Amino acid sequence: MSHRVIVPIGPYHPLQDEPEFFQLYVEGERVVDIDIHIGYNHRGIEKLAELNHYDQVAYLVERICGICSSSHPYAYVLAVEDILGGEKNIVPERALYIRTIVDELQRIHSHLLWLGLAGHFIGYNTVWMWAWRYREPVLDCFEIMTGNRNNYAMFKVGGVRRDIKDEDIPVLKKTLDEVAPALEMFRGAVMDDPVIQARLKGIGILTKQQSIDWGVLGPTARASGLNIDVRKDEPYGACDRIKWNVIVENAGDVFAKTVLRVLEMQESVSMIRQCIDKIPKGPVDADVKDIPPGDGLGRVEAPRGECLHYILSDGTNRPVRHKIRAPSFMNVASNKVACVGGTISDAAITLAAVDPCYCCTERLAVINKSDNKKIMSGWDLIKLSQEKTNKIKEELKSA
Amino acid sequence: MDIRERIKEGLGKKILEWKEHSARRIYFTVDSKDIVNTAEFLFKKLGLRFATASGMETLSGFEILYHFTLDKTGEYFTARIFIKGKENPEVDSLACLFPAAEWIEREMWELLGIRFLGHPNLKHLILTEEWPEGDYPLRHKNES
Repeated sequence: MSHRVIVPIGPYHPLQDEPEFFQLYVEGERVVDIDIHIGYNHRGIEKLAELNHYDQVAYLVERICGICSSSHPYAYVLAVEDILGGEKNIVPERALYIRTIVDELQRIHSHLLWLGLAGHFIGYNTVWMWAWRYREPVLDCFEIMTGNRNNYAMFKVGGVRRDIKDEDIPVLKKTLDEVAPALEMFRGAVMDDPVIQARLKGIGILTKQQSIDWGVLGPTARASGLNIDVRKDEPYGACDRIKWNVIVENAGDVFAKTVLRVLEMQESVSMIRQCIDKIPKGPVDADVKDIPPGDGLGRVEAPRGECLHYILSDGTNRPVRHKIRAPSFMNVASNKVACVGGTISDAAITLAAVDPCYCCTERLAVINKSDNKKIMSGWDLIKLSQEKTNKIKEELKSA
Repeated sequence: MDIRERIKEGLGKKILEWKEHSARRIYFTVDSKDIVNTAEFLFKKLGLRFATASGMETLSGFEILYHFTLDKTGEYFTARIFIKGKENPEVDSLACLFPAAEWIEREMWELLGIRFLGHPNLKHLILTEEWPEGDYPLRHKNES
């Protein structure tokens, strides 16, 4: 019988920036099972949403994640607009285009971020440097358009919070002109580089059936041959007013996911260009006053997949229940099959290939108000840490 | 045949109430005992994708909405079940049908205290292992 060893990765992940904990069960080099522990980023956002009024919740959900910080507020406003009769029926035309421009620009910056990290994970830091070098002008463009590099605060129920000024359009065009050749370069770099091919092909495979069973979403699903994309299936914003293609790959491995994301960025550039050409003049906000009782479901194709928000309204100014399902919640769980069977050296990039976002996955936590349970404050933790340091010092002295 | 007709025909009397909120949002209620059969029919026979489930506490017990979708048309079919009483809420698990339900059931169990019978791995997901038993954060008694 072979000897089974547990290799812990995390909670302080050596590569990824967010805390998560994978226990890999390995026999020799081979991963035979995996335990995924999450919960380190747990903040209580679903509960908080029930305590805030509809305008405040848009700001709150924006803070679920700094990378897909337009997807969550967008899905949320779509959910509320679903109660009101649907986005297309109440939101002014110009606002639809602005929503799509912001959403697609976000996809470019998020995929560039992932591409850079993926390069970093496989020890190919040149890719990392180059990808992030071109992410920078995208973020600058966001700052010029919205005032922020992340957390753009553009979305509100009934429209967008601010218009894109005419003088910002040339900046946006210039940014796209700068990024588009770089994307072509990345496409060549990923598709033609023998090192990347050798490192990424055939690892972390998720078959089509596994994708269906685990309910995976976004690029993770599309790389396994599932043609699902909310922008096509249930078009929101200006997605149905412009021409674009859903990119689907069939191999299901990490290489397919990488190629797919690069091609998707090129589609996004084309989508934004079309939006700039077609955007009409007019108001950007419908000035919604009251939210009637009812259920609303809103969904958006975030860079990682379908982001789903469910709102139950009782006619007051606060949601009764706000359920948030981020795409990583489904995608991270599928590592249970994608990782098993591979070698431990492939695990790092396989786990990263779904573009996991733990902030999104763990959006809810709790403040316990019953008196008999002690809650530690920040100061308590500092005290605890000092006590422990002193204890270690004492031990060292006596040794 | 239209997907709505197929669902109505396939589930028959199991559907207690059928509501079409808008063109792409359909909600229907089934008995909590029928949820496994319903989910099996929607997921395996009709090939709908399981998106997630939303659990919530109501005045008389609990309510779970199982969101399924047909990606081709963008329609969302939400199966709603009610669990009466707050003492020992339980319902059959869907995780044995498709692993996509595994995490969300663990989350509903730890946050709302709904027990999922037959779940292969019903342990804490986002709360710590040391979380006090019987303390369910999303229940309203935690509000002051």
